[in-house]
Amino acid sequence: MQPRSLLLITAFTATVAMAAELTQFNPEKSQITFISKQMGVPVDGRFKKFDAKIAVDPAKPEAGKAQLEIDLASIDTGSGEADAEVKGKAWFNSAAFPKATFVSSQVRAIGNGRYEALGKLTIKGTTRDVVAPFTVRQEVGGALFDGSFTLNRLQFKIGEGMWTDTSTVADEIQVKFKVFVAGDSAKSAAKK
Amino acid sequence: MTPKRYTRTAIALHWLMALLIFSAFPLGVYMNDLPLSPTKLQLFSYHKWLGITILLAAAARLAWRVTHPAPALLAMPRWQHLAAHGIHHLLYVLLFAIPLSGWLMSSAKGFQTVWFGVLPLPDLVGKNKELGDLLRNVHEALNFGLLLLVGAHVAGALKHHFIERDDTLRRMTFRYKA
Repeated sequence: MQPRSLLLITAFTATVAMAAELTQFNPEKSQITFISKQMGVPVDGRFKKFDAKIAVDPAKPEAGKAQLEIDLASIDTGSGEADAEVKGKAWFNSAAFPKATFVSSQVRAIGNGRYEALGKLTIKGTTRDVVAPFTVRQEVGGALFDGSFTLNRLQFKIGEGMWTDTSTVADEIQVKFKVFVAGDSAKSAAKK
Repeated sequence: MTPKRYTRTAIALHWLMALLIFSAFPLGVYMNDLPLSPTKLQLFSYHKWLGITILLAAAARLAWRVTHPAPALLAMPRWQHLAAHGIHHLLYVLLFAIPLSGWLMSSAKGFQTVWFGVLPLPDLVGKNKELGDLLRNVHEALNFGLLLLVGAHVAGALKHHFIERDDTLRRMTFRYKA
């Protein structure tokens, strides 16, 4: 092969790779929320602080990698009394275990433009495998990964003692995430 | 023509209302001071279910009252007539206003009301912390008003029964013969 065409191909591949892989997590455009059931009634909550290291090509999410870190003390349950309670020992014990982490191990396509991320979720010293289905939406400057999974709180000892009673607070917590990842160019453009 | 006595339905609704209020009110005061626990969450739900039951009973009662006139008050000084009427009117207002303020407060605080865990009531206002805190104060103030009015209502009934020894209280019983 001619050196000139090799150079062209290299340049082309590099451009494509640069344009395709997104690595800049944007917390402002992202959110982690959850729905618990209290006395059978769905109640919304969210985490205000979380961080992520993500490298993903939205056109080929199967090759993507993600690590998320959630600051558990940043929880907003909708009531100050409950916020204080869930930071305590019976729930997150956020003084001893300040962060929840998710580390992806695999992403696979499940059809209809949907994917699922498999990985390890660690909360309060307990690690479990989770599978989180998600969709990808390309947006200006990046892509939004939108998904959810059900977490069984008792598997992570979230709510010990009297709170193990699931007739008041159900075991299943639906965790929803919207994670926005931008490309490098978007970041440098935003910085100007 | 004004009837001589209350209908049995009116009497039943009156005492049902009394029972519900004398359950929901102390429950509300008690649960408010409890530290957070599963019991507290249960009591909040029971209180909300009672409140919505009161709202429905109030609607039934008002509808009945409008279509079935109450007997005239017994002979008593004019100021007592005015006081009794005024208190009755205000009580009717509170029977609606207190459950409504509680319902709205629940919505504003992001905890939907689901009657007996079965029937979800629509959230008439969105989640809003400031509005939730305001409605909480309104709910509390209205209940303080209710406490005073029910106190006056009961005191009046007892005064008529034990001091004037008239039929005012007896008229609110099923066995009363006009």
